Amino acid sequence: MHGFANPARFLRIARWATPLCLLLGLVLAAWALVWGVFFAPADALQGDTVRIVYLHVPTAWLGMGGWSAIAIASFTEIVWRHPLAGIAARAVALPGAVFTALCLITGSIWGRPAWGTWWVWDGRLTSMLVLLFLYFGYMALDAAARGSQQAGQGQSRITAIFGLVGAVNIPVIHYSVTWWNSLHQPPSITMGKSAMAADFLVPLLIATVGFSLIFGGIVMARMRTILADEQAEARLRRKAMRAQAPAVGEAW
Amino acid sequence: MAVRAKHQRLVLLGIALVALIGAGLLATWALRSQASYFYVPADMAANPPESDRAVRLGGMVERGSMKNAPDGVTVNFIVSDGKARIPVRFAGIRPALFVEGSGVVAEGKLGRDGIFVADNLLAKHDEKYVPREMKDMQQARKAIENTK
Repeated sequence: MHGFANPARFLRIARWATPLCLLLGLVLAAWALVWGVFFAPADALQGDTVRIVYLHVPTAWLGMGGWSAIAIASFTEIVWRHPLAGIAARAVALPGAVFTALCLITGSIWGRPAWGTWWVWDGRLTSMLVLLFLYFGYMALDAAARGSQQAGQGQSRITAIFGLVGAVNIPVIHYSVTWWNSLHQPPSITMGKSAMAADFLVPLLIATVGFSLIFGGIVMARMRTILADEQAEARLRRKAMRAQAPAVGEAW
Repeated sequence: MAVRAKHQRLVLLGIALVALIGAGLLATWALRSQASYFYVPADMAANPPESDRAVRLGGMVERGSMKNAPDGVTVNFIVSDGKARIPVRFAGIRPALFVEGSGVVAEGKLGRDGIFVADNLLAKHDEKYVPREMKDMQQARKAIENTK
C-alpha cells in the first residue's frame, strides 16, 4: 500500500504518464467522434440525433466515475493517512464537475429532439444535477478548509467525509431509471450484454476509453501542480526560518 | 500502536458506511412512489387521480389505436402497459418520436369520462439502438418469413 504513497515515485511515473495519457486520449476520442458523427449509422428511430451519444455517455461515465474516485481516495486518506490520496481527491473535483456539466448540457440538447423537452425533473436528470451541486459543494468546502489551515496539501478531514457521504448519490443515479418511472430510458449497456448494436457500441467504447485517458491525464497534471505548490511553499518556509535564525543566534 | 489506530479508523469508517448505505436505502425506499415521474395505466386505473389534478401518464402507444380527428390537430390514442388501457386525447404539436408502439409520457388531467386529456406530450424511447439499415433488413426478413 505504502509503495504507492511515495510522492517522489508518483512524480517519476507521472512525468511521462501525463503526456502519454493526454495524447493517446485525444487521439482515441477524436477518432471515435469522427467515426461516430460521420461514419456510424443513424438510429432506426432517432435518426442522426443519436450521434450525440458519443459525447453524452463518456461524460456521464466520467462525472460519476470522478466522484467514485473522490470517495475511494477519501476512504484511503481517512484510514491509511495516505499522503497522495487527499491530493488525488482534490485534483479530481474540478474535471469531475466539468464532465458532469457537459453530460447535463449534451443530455439537454439531446432531450429536445428525442423527447420533446430540454429538461424534466425525473429521477435520472435530478440526481445528476445533484451530483453537479455536490461537486460545487466539495470544491467550496475544500477552498474554505485550505484558507484556514496551512499545513499539508491533502484534503481536510471534513472535506474527506463530505466526499464519502456524497458517494450515496452514485448508486441513486445509476438505479434511478429502474427504481422509479422516468423519462430517461434504462441503461443500454449492462454487465455482459448490450441493447445497442455493435455499429454504435464500438465507437462509443473507444470514445469512453479516450475521454477516460484525457480525464486521467488532467488529474495527474493537477496532482503534479498541487505537489509542486507544496514544494515551493516548503522552500519559502525554510528560507523564512533561515532568515530568522541569526537573530536567534545573536541572542544567545 | 500505529497499526491499532489504523484498525480503529477502518472499523469506525466501516460502521459509518454501513449506516450511510442503510440511510440511503431507507430514503430511496420511502421515495419509491413519490419520485416516480409518471403513473402507469395500471396505477391510474386502480387509483384514479382527482379530475382537476395535473398528473403524468406514461406507457406504450397501443398499435392501431392512433386516430387523427378531422380538425387536423387533435389525436386520440390509447396508452397501455399490458395490464390496463387509458384513452388519451391531445391537441397540439407532437414530438417527432411520438409513434405507435413507442413510449409516451402525457401531461394532463384524467377527465370524469375516463379520457385523459393531455396538454403536453413527451416521447419516451427505449434503451435499444438499431441502425436504420439493420431494421430494414430485419423487417424484410420477417416479411419473407411471413409469406412462407
